[in-house]
Amino acid sequence: MAQGGIRNIVVAGAGQAAAQALQSLRSGGYDGTLTVVGDEAALPYQRPPLSKAYLKGEFEEDRLYFKPGSWYEDQNIEVVLGTTVTGINRAQREVQLEHGGHLPYDALILATGSRPRQLTLPGADLGGVYDLRSLADVERLSPQMVAGRKLVIIGAGYIGLEAAAVARHMGLEVTVLEMAPRVLARVTSPALSAFYEAEHRSHGVTILTGVQTSRLNGANGQVTSVVLADGKELPADIVLSGIGILPNEELAKAAGIACSNGILVDRDGRTSDPNVYAAGDCASRPLVHYGRSGRLESVHNAIEQGKLVAAAILGLPRPAEDCPWFWSDQYDLKLQIAGLSQGYDTHVVRGDPASRKFAVFYLKNGTLIAVDAVNSPPEFLASKKLIMSGAKLAPNVLIDTSTPMKDIAAQAAA
Amino acid sequence: MAKITYIAHDGTERTIEARNGMSVMEVAVNNSIPGIDADCGGACACATCHVYVDEAFLSKAGEQQEMEKSMLDFAENVRPNSRLSCQIKVTDALDGLRVTTPESQH
Repeated sequence: MAQGGIRNIVVAGAGQAAAQALQSLRSGGYDGTLTVVGDEAALPYQRPPLSKAYLKGEFEEDRLYFKPGSWYEDQNIEVVLGTTVTGINRAQREVQLEHGGHLPYDALILATGSRPRQLTLPGADLGGVYDLRSLADVERLSPQMVAGRKLVIIGAGYIGLEAAAVARHMGLEVTVLEMAPRVLARVTSPALSAFYEAEHRSHGVTILTGVQTSRLNGANGQVTSVVLADGKELPADIVLSGIGILPNEELAKAAGIACSNGILVDRDGRTSDPNVYAAGDCASRPLVHYGRSGRLESVHNAIEQGKLVAAAILGLPRPAEDCPWFWSDQYDLKLQIAGLSQGYDTHVVRGDPASRKFAVFYLKNGTLIAVDAVNSPPEFLASKKLIMSGAKLAPNVLIDTSTPMKDIAAQAAA
Repeated sequence: MAKITYIAHDGTERTIEARNGMSVMEVAVNNSIPGIDADCGGACACATCHVYVDEAFLSKAGEQQEMEKSMLDFAENVRPNSRLSCQIKVTDALDGLRVTTPESQH
């Protein structure tokens, strides 16, 4: 039962963190009023397939939804869609809705997510320029994904590279532009970047790194080319922007809730206002295995914080905080990432990248802090546990492929 | 369509009419079957949809791919009839399938 007579919970946002919070609140025994307010037209759905199987057309729309519509009725959850929360009156404990009206709350969960960073180039508002974040984005982009068309992707992060892989599969001509000297520069090591660059090139993708985009040219309101700072012009029928996401923290900020690249929360997901919680992409949380705080953009983070917030509101024991993990599907490569590699001093490669099955381990002062595992679930799963236990591992042990990862993990844990 | 019975580790049973093409995991999640987390949503990335498949249906449930095999190798309490339910597609041949969920996915 909820603590302190909580009988009215509002969830602002309807993505993965919100969906998890709703489930965990009800399964945790909360039977009071529960309202979710989402700005999109759709019920809460999974985003990862949008740049993978769903974009490829291999996944029906109804399979994207976390729960069928009937579940919300069965669980007595009020679902308000196509509306945003526009303000929080913390003194009155109520939120204002975009289309008028107020909702009172005893506990408020901000699961407002993030939004794509927008291109600020001349021509960015031309037709044929897309983001890839929402179901509506895919509905706009999908009909344009026609074999033979020229797609220019700005940004070689996971979204850009996953979209490039899908587009090649569908027969488009694909160019990826990246400002940094290598792909995935913000999130991984040069070793993994080099592997993915080679992989995309072998699939016919043109990758240009260390390039600045200066403008988009168009005709009749439609994009026709991308112009680089050095004057080079790349013809384009479609431009996809994948240059990162920004946390939707403005609502919290305007209400005087502490934010710093995300809404600041404690381990339970509580913000600087004890009646207001935040979860998912929008929240900056303690990263307990790393001794710092930060914002994570991932499914695992959204699920875990949804559970943490629900437990805190209900006065239940705090659920386990897992090692952060991520995945990316490109071509037939499954990349599974455990931990956060930021700040590593040593990295070692286990296996031969040419075999398309290998792992890159990241160590700091001899302690394993992260792994990027390509088609290598044992390395990924074993590392999750080793990272949480703060295991020290010698590089020569990690690279010895004659010893199974399971045995290496067992020895390290002993 | 196939009738699938989910058995919780405490023996509680629920039978669901499952649509062909869905995975045994998706049917469970849509129907709030306890004991299946499926954090990654069916991408074979997380190993939190582990189930035990009734021996009589093991071959009908299809071959395990290498990814699934190596993921299961790290799951808790693995048995010869262990599967990741996101990798089992519902077909008419699975009508009458019984799967048991483990006590924990972690």
